[in-house]
Amino acid sequence: MLAATVRVTGDLDVAEECAQEAYVSALRTWTRDGVPQRPGAWLTTAARNHAVDRSRREVTLRRKLPLLVEPATVDPHDPTDPDRPEAAVPDDRLRLVFTCCHPALAPEARVALTLRLVCGVPTPDVARAFLVPEPTMAARITRAKKKISAARIPYRVPGRAELPERLDSVLTAVHLLFSTGHTAGEGDALVRAELCDRALHLARTLAALLPEQAETRGLLGLLLLTDARRATRTDEQGRLLLLADQDRTRWDQRAVLEGLTVTAGALASGPPGRFTLQAAIAGVHAVAPSLERTDWPRVVHLYDRLLAVWDTPVVALNRAAAVAFADGPAAALPLLDELAGDPRLAGYPYLPATRADLLRRVGDAAGAAESYRRALELTANAAERAFLEQRLAEVGRAAEPAPPDPGEPRDAP
Amino acid sequence: MAKYAILIYEDQAFYANASPEVWGAVLDAHNAFAEQVVELGGSLEAGEALAPTTTATTIKGGGPVTDGPFVETKEAFGGFYVVEARDLDHAVEIARLCPAPGGGVEVRPVMDPTAGPS
Repeated sequence: MLAATVRVTGDLDVAEECAQEAYVSALRTWTRDGVPQRPGAWLTTAARNHAVDRSRREVTLRRKLPLLVEPATVDPHDPTDPDRPEAAVPDDRLRLVFTCCHPALAPEARVALTLRLVCGVPTPDVARAFLVPEPTMAARITRAKKKISAARIPYRVPGRAELPERLDSVLTAVHLLFSTGHTAGEGDALVRAELCDRALHLARTLAALLPEQAETRGLLGLLLLTDARRATRTDEQGRLLLLADQDRTRWDQRAVLEGLTVTAGALASGPPGRFTLQAAIAGVHAVAPSLERTDWPRVVHLYDRLLAVWDTPVVALNRAAAVAFADGPAAALPLLDELAGDPRLAGYPYLPATRADLLRRVGDAAGAAESYRRALELTANAAERAFLEQRLAEVGRAAEPAPPDPGEPRDAP
Repeated sequence: MAKYAILIYEDQAFYANASPEVWGAVLDAHNAFAEQVVELGGSLEAGEALAPTTTATTIKGGGPVTDGPFVETKEAFGGFYVVEARDLDHAVEIARLCPAPGGGVEVRPVMDPTAGPS
């Protein structure tokens, strides 16, 4: 609805106000006449009417309005042609996503703007999601909107030549949105369901609107396969459960099946990108009957391919965790030693946590305890802290061997 | 169409050490750029190259005159173009072709002072 209104107003702020006015008039009209058959369409029409009224009233101010809407260069083969009426609404939404995730905006602003403008999440909730004070988030969003208008960031889906590069910025924002909901940086709720749901919805929309871009399906597959485990990631006390300890029978089998289907389609579409490869890794975990009976050589192979397209220290760390299962913890420890020197991983809690787990499994209780303490210093999430403290107590007692740590794929930056 | 400034920042050592051939190639690239802007559907409104920062003189806050540039940086502001482009994507498309072998460029919208501060 906001996207459709932006096309009339050409201005995000005005469109938001018109959308709010539409809700107010809906409350008034619907309490009097009942809810219409298609409330969504009613609201969009109302918001557009408000927008048209406003632009008539403010015709003398039009010159000052930031011009977001540019006439698209006409391409008769363009499936996103705005003149195709059936494509109008989702196409508007897609344009809005590309505007909000433009690489000329700061990455944290892209995710915040997408939540605020594409998903309609109120600013205080966006601020809570990213654990920043509301005025900070309001200022961040305002600054980004001002840049959109002052620098004339276009409101359109990029052309074919630019699309892969620009789409990556969109997919990254949606993935970050999901990760923020999936594992909160701090606080008590490990899973913030609403953010995950928003991200899934956006990934679905992108995959439906740009199916020829395989990475849209790769991202959807990744989110579905990760989200299928949502209910089993914490126990009744809200404590983190690693892959080894999760009740696999409670994984959402419908989401797993859909995720596998979508991922298979993406893999069949040519050389896979980073989201498709991460989805493939999540898929191997999703079909494994247990941690031990996971196809670890295949996981390592997929990480090798992932490193080839996306060489980051976090991917290398996850690969090392997989090597520990394929070839034993002793084979993986030297890989971690190499990564310990990477300044990009300084302060990354999963490095000492993985090291602690490998040392525990090779029987070095003292070394493991030291690494668990280091990981605890770096972890703010309460559920993850509780898990690490429990493990530290176990190696401290040098008690009976605990079940192994899975090296669950982490969301990489 | 809107006006954008393309600000060129480069390491001055690149030019201080450049051979006459390199210098000639950079000049040719700038001449070619002027044509490419038009081919891409933009237009070139202005453009100047600046002498090195060793020739700069600074006056801060109307106070005393000092030797050197306003800000000391490794990659110094060395020249600019003003182009007309449809939007930021178009301006970036143009700016990508702007020669800056010793550094890079920054794209900034030119402000309309009559519209008030943005």
